[in-house]
Amino acid sequence: MAKSGSTRKIWIVFWILFVLTTIEVILGIFKPQLLTQNSIIGVTLLNHIFIILTLFKAYYIVMTFMHLGDEKNQLQFSIVAPMFVLVPYLLFILLVEASFHGAIG
Amino acid sequence: MQKTLADKNHWGGASRPLVASYGKLMMWFFLMTDALTFSAFLGAYGFQRFVHSESWPIADEVFNHFPFIHGEYPMFFVALMTFILIMSSVTMVLAVHYGHKMDKKKVVFWLGLTIIGGLIFLGSQAWEWYHFIHGTYKGALMGADGSIAHYVAGSTQEIIRHGKVLSGDVAASFIASANEIYGANLIFNEYGHPLFANFFFFITGFHGFHVFSGVVILVVIFINVIRGTYEKRGHYEMVEKVGLYWHFVDLVWVFVFTFFYLV
Repeated sequence: MAKSGSTRKIWIVFWILFVLTTIEVILGIFKPQLLTQNSIIGVTLLNHIFIILTLFKAYYIVMTFMHLGDEKNQLQFSIVAPMFVLVPYLLFILLVEASFHGAIG
Repeated sequence: MQKTLADKNHWGGASRPLVASYGKLMMWFFLMTDALTFSAFLGAYGFQRFVHSESWPIADEVFNHFPFIHGEYPMFFVALMTFILIMSSVTMVLAVHYGHKMDKKKVVFWLGLTIIGGLIFLGSQAWEWYHFIHGTYKGALMGADGSIAHYVAGSTQEIIRHGKVLSGDVAASFIASANEIYGANLIFNEYGHPLFANFFFFITGFHGFHVFSGVVILVVIFINVIRGTYEKRGHYEMVEKVGLYWHFVDLVWVFVFTFFYLV
């Protein structure tokens, strides 16, 4: 909370972001075979890990740094709900279509 | 609150159902739409990458240089850029924090650091663009069909194209019709498919432009803070609104970092 006295929470989130990014960078450099050769629904385990870590980072940035967590519920939903509906929809359409691109006609 | 709802005329204005000021609300809605724009860009990137997967370059083989050090260091520089931007997000949130406490000196200090972080990030991006445009010493061969090939090390007859080694007549006819190219621009890209370069310039450029406008707005409110504008106004909400924008820029970079450089 911004209005409470201490900056402890800000620094905790900083360290969380720092550690998650470091993990991403280390995995990105070494690319363990176990993770790159196995995949779930067409995406390698490594990429799943990257996406999950990114969403974690996004959650902490939005909730703590942008203080969305301190806003009213209705405001939180009106910002987050369109993202959760439209972005997966867009990605689903684009990425599914990409596998058919040039296959017909 | 609940008790007064019935007798209050909501159409007369002056009620704030979301308990946020007009400016802050509009900043949130702007950021939400801007996030959709960036999702469209990254989605389009994913689409093209999927379509041209065989000639798509691997980002850590392209961006593997570090200032003042020779050799190949994949990811190091872009990781540094990410840390710089995260750090500037932290200094921004601290500026907002001290704004709530009306502590002008500390707001000036943390806001100043945020501006410096933003400038360092922009400089790093300029460096990365320069190296990408400039390319490698070896360059590449671009065939008549636009595909990219490289010579096998130490040979002038054998080439690698789309991960396969070609030799003999196939290679000779490819080399005869090919042009040597260096670096990347909107027309060709020595590392692989030209769309990779186009998306790189477009997505990181659009994000970089956000950072640039963010720095300009930060400088404006920095001057206002020093002149005591928000002290007189009685609150530092303007710092908070610009802070929202700045964190958003950091947030977008988190996604660009993952989907452009890692995945």
